[in-house]
Amino acid sequence: MALDPSFIGRTYPPTPPYEVGREKIREFADAIGDHNPAYRDPEAARALGHPDVIAPPTFGIVLSMRAGGQVVGDPELGLDYTRVVHGEQRFVHTRPIHAGDRLTVTVTVENIRAAAGNDMVTTRGDVSTVEGEPVFTAYSTLVARGTAAGD
Amino acid sequence: MVRYDEVEVGTELPAQSFPIQRVNLVQYAGASGDFNPIHWNERFATSVGLPDVIAHGMFTMAEAIRVVTDWVGDPGAVEDYGVRFTRPVVVPDDGQGATLEVTAKVTEKLDGNRVQVDLSARSGGQTVLARSRAVVRLA
Repeated sequence: MALDPSFIGRTYPPTPPYEVGREKIREFADAIGDHNPAYRDPEAARALGHPDVIAPPTFGIVLSMRAGGQVVGDPELGLDYTRVVHGEQRFVHTRPIHAGDRLTVTVTVENIRAAAGNDMVTTRGDVSTVEGEPVFTAYSTLVARGTAAGD
Repeated sequence: MVRYDEVEVGTELPAQSFPIQRVNLVQYAGASGDFNPIHWNERFATSVGLPDVIAHGMFTMAEAIRVVTDWVGDPGAVEDYGVRFTRPVVVPDDGQGATLEVTAKVTEKLDGNRVQVDLSARSGGQTVLARSRAVVRLA
């Protein structure tokens, strides 16, 4: 059964603040095998004009995936998570994430559509500091394989 | 540091290849919080119709942009980065794993000393990321 398109435009409550730590950034950089000093050495990051170590360009997924769980796990929407694969991902940064940021994510359902028997949900996560400064926006498209068959 | 004036449409960034083994997926699962078993459990992966354990799309996305961040030096210069995941990167437990081959070139010069870079990512002879594009601010 196709997903309810009336969910398009629905916004979920902001997530509790996530505090970005230097060691979490280092752990993430280690996991992707990236030795760029801007992720590890506060002095190197400051030399590039950043206030502290910055996070890799895709680090935002740590926050946005968790926040997107509100949509994925919304029983009213009824997305079959066991059939979900990641279709598309995009990050648009107002500025890099850096250590010390306290970030909150507000998730909105951007689009719901069905194509070739698959349900597709696109969410937008607007991420800002707890002080209200915009930092980045994450767009994610999830594809539930075969769940729209029969429509 | 790469200067905007020295870059033209068609400028190719140094290509890189990234080996991917199971341990990298386990480590990425821990760091990212994505513990979907298709990324570490062969029994589960094959039970849902996959050929074997596959890499996190987000891991592939993170590796690919290193071609850009290594080129520009300051990873904070990446303002916009988007990809479409077309095929999974299959990572067998055979001592070899998989290899991700990434190339990139400048496809447009924008205002504000920014350039658009299109990336190509392949594994096992197939394209794994499509419409993979970044906007980067240069000096």
